[in-house]
Amino acid sequence: MINDTYYKRRYVIAGIVIAVVAIYIVRLFALQIVDRSRRGQADNNALVRQPVYASRGLIYDRNDSLLVFNQPIYEVLIIMREMGTNFDTVGFCQALQIDTMVYNKRIAEIKDTRHNRGFSRYTPQVFMGQLQKEDISLLQERLYNFPGVSIRKRTLRDYTYNAASHILGSVGEVNQRDLEMDAYYQQGDYSGRDGIEKQYEVALRGTKGVEVLMRDNRGRIRGSYHDGELDHSPVAGENLQLGLDIELQMLAEELIGEHIGSAVAIEPETGEILAMASMPGWDPKSLVGKKRGNNYMALLRDEHKPLMNRATQATYSPGSTFKTLQTLVCLHEGGIKPTTEYPCNGPQSSPIKCTHHHGSPVDLGMALEQSCNPYYWCAFRDQLQMDGYGHNNRAFRHRYELWRDDIMRFGLGQRFEDSDIPDQKGGSIPSTKLYDRYYGKTGWKAITIRSLSIGQGEVLVTPLQLANQAACLANEGYYITPHLLHNDSVMLSKRHDTGIDRAYFQIVKDGMARVMTRGTGRYHNFPKWHICGKTGTVQNPHGKDHAIFIGFAPKDNPKIAVAVAVENVGFGATWACPVACKMINMYLTKHFPELADEPDKDPQDVSAK
Amino acid sequence: MYRRNSIWSGVDWLPIGLFLLLALFGWMNIYGAGYDFEQTSIFSFSNRAGKQFVWLMTAMVLGFCILMIDEKTYDVLGYWFYGATILLLLVTPFLAHDIKGSLSWITLGPISLQPAEFAKCFTAIAIAKYMGRYGYKVETWRDLVVPCLMVFIPMAIIMVMQKETGSALVFAAFLLPLYRQGMTGKIMASGVIVALVFVVVLKCGWIPDSVMDKVFEPHQKTRIEVLLGIKEDPTGAGYNVNQSLIAIGSGGFFGKGYLKGTQTKMKFVPEQDTDFIFCTVGEEWGFLGSTAVLLVYMAFILRLIMIAERQRDTFSQVYAYSVASIFLVHLTINVGMVLGLLPVIGIPLPMFSYGGSSLWGFTLLLFILLRMDASRINKLR
Repeated sequence: MINDTYYKRRYVIAGIVIAVVAIYIVRLFALQIVDRSRRGQADNNALVRQPVYASRGLIYDRNDSLLVFNQPIYEVLIIMREMGTNFDTVGFCQALQIDTMVYNKRIAEIKDTRHNRGFSRYTPQVFMGQLQKEDISLLQERLYNFPGVSIRKRTLRDYTYNAASHILGSVGEVNQRDLEMDAYYQQGDYSGRDGIEKQYEVALRGTKGVEVLMRDNRGRIRGSYHDGELDHSPVAGENLQLGLDIELQMLAEELIGEHIGSAVAIEPETGEILAMASMPGWDPKSLVGKKRGNNYMALLRDEHKPLMNRATQATYSPGSTFKTLQTLVCLHEGGIKPTTEYPCNGPQSSPIKCTHHHGSPVDLGMALEQSCNPYYWCAFRDQLQMDGYGHNNRAFRHRYELWRDDIMRFGLGQRFEDSDIPDQKGGSIPSTKLYDRYYGKTGWKAITIRSLSIGQGEVLVTPLQLANQAACLANEGYYITPHLLHNDSVMLSKRHDTGIDRAYFQIVKDGMARVMTRGTGRYHNFPKWHICGKTGTVQNPHGKDHAIFIGFAPKDNPKIAVAVAVENVGFGATWACPVACKMINMYLTKHFPELADEPDKDPQDVSAK
Repeated sequence: MYRRNSIWSGVDWLPIGLFLLLALFGWMNIYGAGYDFEQTSIFSFSNRAGKQFVWLMTAMVLGFCILMIDEKTYDVLGYWFYGATILLLLVTPFLAHDIKGSLSWITLGPISLQPAEFAKCFTAIAIAKYMGRYGYKVETWRDLVVPCLMVFIPMAIIMVMQKETGSALVFAAFLLPLYRQGMTGKIMASGVIVALVFVVVLKCGWIPDSVMDKVFEPHQKTRIEVLLGIKEDPTGAGYNVNQSLIAIGSGGFFGKGYLKGTQTKMKFVPEQDTDFIFCTVGEEWGFLGSTAVLLVYMAFILRLIMIAERQRDTFSQVYAYSVASIFLVHLTINVGMVLGLLPVIGIPLPMFSYGGSSLWGFTLLLFILLRMDASRINKLR
């Protein structure tokens, strides 16, 4: 018979049941609704975001010649778990043409989880990377013999021409700093390390795609997540067109040849860089793939510093090429008039002697043509002392500051901040502060800084700035920020005016034309192009003089402005002038043959006023 | 014919319906847990869902057969069944293959069976028979000695000889029917207090390691320590629970959708089709689905208690309460473990977890009860 004394205990028991379920529902609520962090943990567990590399943008020159493109490279991947115990190590090494020692060492490296944190026996590990087609062809044939081995394709840069290495730069694996600075990168990604590759990295790299894959608890990939709903295709990088003319670039590199130096050519109308050679350089192909590391170290150790882009990073005193600016600034500030003449005592002149032979007194045109040092000293002195000197140091300082501002308006002594040319050095147009430090506030006057008058001494400029100066002279008063990109944006086409009367530019242009017909440039001139130029020979305390030349052509419709600097060779007229003239000739012959004058026309008439 | 008809008309279909509902939903989730995005049919015998389907079908046949057997059989043969069960349990460790340190599985041709799953049922019958005999009342502690021994003997064999702590622990379920029949609540309460003290003492490190090492297997010791937060070990002993919590927590309110859970599909949760099957529910069906499952279990167990209360004899009532509390203990320990509230103790979630023995065991428990319930009408009050 049923004992009902304890019938109320049914409620206790039912209560226990309800309580247990209630506690568990509360716990579920806390786990699933209150705490949202576990969704991320689950995704971290099971989802692998595999990057799909975007193909990097191609680089063309102004004439649509392909300069930089992508080549396939191969990686040998191994899945240790699938290799098994009977793996034919010897055959594998033979197929890859490596020693078994290398094999063992590499396997040990892969297994070392301190350095290879992503190691798993179940996932593909890179056994060897950056192999060329010929390196893996043998393995590819015999691949079926080697379980767990696969070959993956990636792309590396390749180059059509062995030229323009400094402009193009190179692509290499990202470093720790890149990874920290830009969340876009992941370990093993490539990015532009220098040159245009670095400058336009974001445009060139495109956008990586992503494949969301699922992995199991042992790291094996088990297919795509949600049928690829969350995947993104990669977006290829933008192609770039440079203002560069690769043939002109190659000519410049060939002309400088074994010397150390650089040449820059600018299209004055647009500010586009037509050529920017720096020698010695390197074969761009040598900084690609497996050999990159060693070759880069070799370049780094080379005593001639091939990695330095001398066109933008080497600074020289401009020498006599500076006289073109002295002429303009002195006229502009009123230190001299177009008719001003000064006496020249040739080698006996003081405080600066003249290195050329010409009559005296010298007028402005003759001074530029003959590169007369005493004339420019006198002009510089008179310009600085216009408002008095000696007791009136303030007026002198003010004049100096005006002079310096005028010079800097030609783009000298500073970086082109709004340009896309990487790794520029600023050079220096000495400030009053600098001289104050050297000589004390009242310890310097015109005679102290006389070297400036002929472009020697503390004034330091880069060949790029010299080329830009030539472009500014060609444009008669303004320059467009020099830049590498063709079809450029508004930002890059910024116009900078010098504020100097165009009439004065005519005087300088005439003088520079006569340099090429009667002066120091006459031996290497191509009269049909009406080249205007100025040579410079820069005193070098460490060895032979540096040869410098600036020029542009044709005189009245300039299409190209050039600056050349060759180190430790001697006269500018002998070493730099021919490089520039040949470049000008080649460029104009190719692009503007219609601008050529009749070859038989007398060059004297052209340059006459 | 008359008698037979009365049986069918007396059967309580609601628990059968809930039982089938849970078993079918469990079967779906076993398919889900074993599914690794490479389609094999849910009926394919090569996967566990296919096998479970066969187990389920045979369980239904078993249930039908039990409904056909006269309930007096259990009263008459109760002690014989119990004796045979104890013998089987004693023999098992010598026949068994070592499966993960446990010696509880007997292999019969293509199928493996776990006698411990059936021992619960026959122990329940034996206790019910003992307590149901004429004139038995729980008045002093002496009256509880025999039932407690009946529980303790199989429990000890399973724990010591078969090394199946989980299955042994389920025998604690018999405290509830004893309580209902008059065992003082103090024993129940003291049991709970002992457990609490044990937890507190452990947590404060008052028990020397040497004692702990004697009482528990090393893996159990670490599991308890991890649960109590004495040890943080998310890759070792805490791994299972941690992954289980990630799976459930990542389900959110609506879940990731059937067959779309990554935690369980990608095998981050171990034993995801047996002891940790509830993870799959939590991950793929979310708070909504898991709560629904818990509520169905609650309805099922409450219905069993209701059935127990309407029995006209002590034998049936004790048995009915035993069945209800066995289901309750399984649910509590299993879900508590999966939710990280109890230590990892490997026992199945009734009807859900993959496994023929446990499904058959629960079928046996339930359908014997339903047969008794169906024929209660024939008994005198």
